[in-house]
Amino acid sequence: MVKYLFLLYGRPDEQLPEPGTEAFDRMRAEWGAATGAMAQAGVLIDCAPLQPPAAATTLSVRNGETLLTDGPAAEIKEHFGGYTLVECADLDEALRWAATLPAAEVGKVEVRPVVQVVAPAEQPAG
Amino acid sequence: MFRAHWWAAVAAVTRQVGDLELAEDAVQDACAAALAQWPAEGWPSSPRGWLIGTARHKALDRLRRDRRRMDKEAEAMREDAAPHAPGGWTAGTDDELALIFTCCHPALDPAARVALTLRSVCGLTTAEIAAAFLVPEPTMAQRLVRAKRKIRQAGIAFRVPGPGDLPARLAAVLRVVYLVFTEGHLTAGGGALIRGELCDQAIRLARALAALLPSEPEVLGLLALLLLTDARRDARLSPDGDLVLLADQDRGRWDRAMIDEGEALVERALRGNRPGPYQVQAAIAACHSGAATAADTDWREIALLYGELLRYEPSPMAEANRAVAVAMSEGPAAGLVILDTIGGDARLARWPQLHIARAELLRRLGRRTEAIAAYEAAIALEPPAPERAYLARRMREW
Repeated sequence: MVKYLFLLYGRPDEQLPEPGTEAFDRMRAEWGAATGAMAQAGVLIDCAPLQPPAAATTLSVRNGETLLTDGPAAEIKEHFGGYTLVECADLDEALRWAATLPAAEVGKVEVRPVVQVVAPAEQPAG
Repeated sequence: MFRAHWWAAVAAVTRQVGDLELAEDAVQDACAAALAQWPAEGWPSSPRGWLIGTARHKALDRLRRDRRRMDKEAEAMREDAAPHAPGGWTAGTDDELALIFTCCHPALDPAARVALTLRSVCGLTTAEIAAAFLVPEPTMAQRLVRAKRKIRQAGIAFRVPGPGDLPARLAAVLRVVYLVFTEGHLTAGGGALIRGELCDQAIRLARALAALLPSEPEVLGLLALLLLTDARRDARLSPDGDLVLLADQDRGRWDRAMIDEGEALVERALRGNRPGPYQVQAAIAACHSGAATAADTDWREIALLYGELLRYEPSPMAEANRAVAVAMSEGPAAGLVILDTIGGDARLARWPQLHIARAELLRRLGRRTEAIAAYEAAIALEPPAPERAYLARRMREW
């Protein structure tokens, strides 16, 4: 099994609907259906939208000094707006699930395999 | 000598060790071992079984040496415990299909799919592939390494796609085979020998796919299209290396056996009643091969077939070809109307064939100045050398 992170990219001009509106309820229902099916199939690990890029703080540590910048790390046309973490047998299965996300229809979904990091204690002895 | 077994061997070993790159290196090692052993110790009863069995051991040796792949070794060793007849290793049909579906996975860069298929499925060397695509060998090596790394890192599975994915994935495979062929066919001028090799490889691939997937009409359609097109190979170039247009080709130099096979395949494919773009293109090629002389060509049928092709692939190229067929059946003016309506397409304006087709129609209409301008526009786009020579000749012949 491989863990895949779906990075959800939207258009910068995309306005999310306000809570209480019909559009908001529709969005909730669509996302609920997509992630519900993933949970049902046992592939979903986590899924969440992110606050807008303007709310981001980018950090780096150089020579022991922590540097902070307001905003996202890279200026790109699309906005990284959320993520979904799944565990699938292979890329084909991950791609099939990614295509069911509402974000795939309005924006883009980048499918990135997650590196399996083995903690030292878990390594086989010898 | 080993190329006939390459596909099966790489497929079988990849299935067993779960890594394409490792399998390929191991098969390469096994071929080297065969070169050293067979002449001295005699030919094995099953060369393919010998190669697969030996490559498998070589792969396991490499795994043992490579500690970073510890868990994969454990897996492969467990399988190793299963009983098997010595030297009796075979590759299943599914393994061979899994290999080509992996190499043509849509998650890979399209140029890399073509290169990887030529390397892993056909067994061409990196140097040969680099020469065929006119890129430096290190560039091609890098492209192959990157593609194989992506397969491993992204978790592209080594298997035949399920029924839901099959149509799209098969289309990607057929596209790669088609591209291998056109790369060899279109630019027959430079390095004709290597280029001919690409056409041969594409036909081998299509033939093998037709054997593996006999009930897929598009696979038969593609094989038919390649055979019918390649049957004209010898007639396409004059002794001086100039391009000879279809209408001017010596039809006696067409390969009759290939045409017969291609025509039979088109008929068999169309009987499946699941038409597709390759079957339609093969049917068009069959219209040409079935005409005893250029004048006997059924242009009305060809125009209809191009109309059909546009339903699958609405490309300006197909529309331009339809225009030529219409011009042949209804007169140059009718064809010119179609060409002029699509001439505004920016992609097409950079395509020499559009200007050549316009030039020929204008010529037939006696509109000399406009025809010359169209020939010059085609030459300005720097088509391959044989076409350039042909255009210069056409302008002189007026």
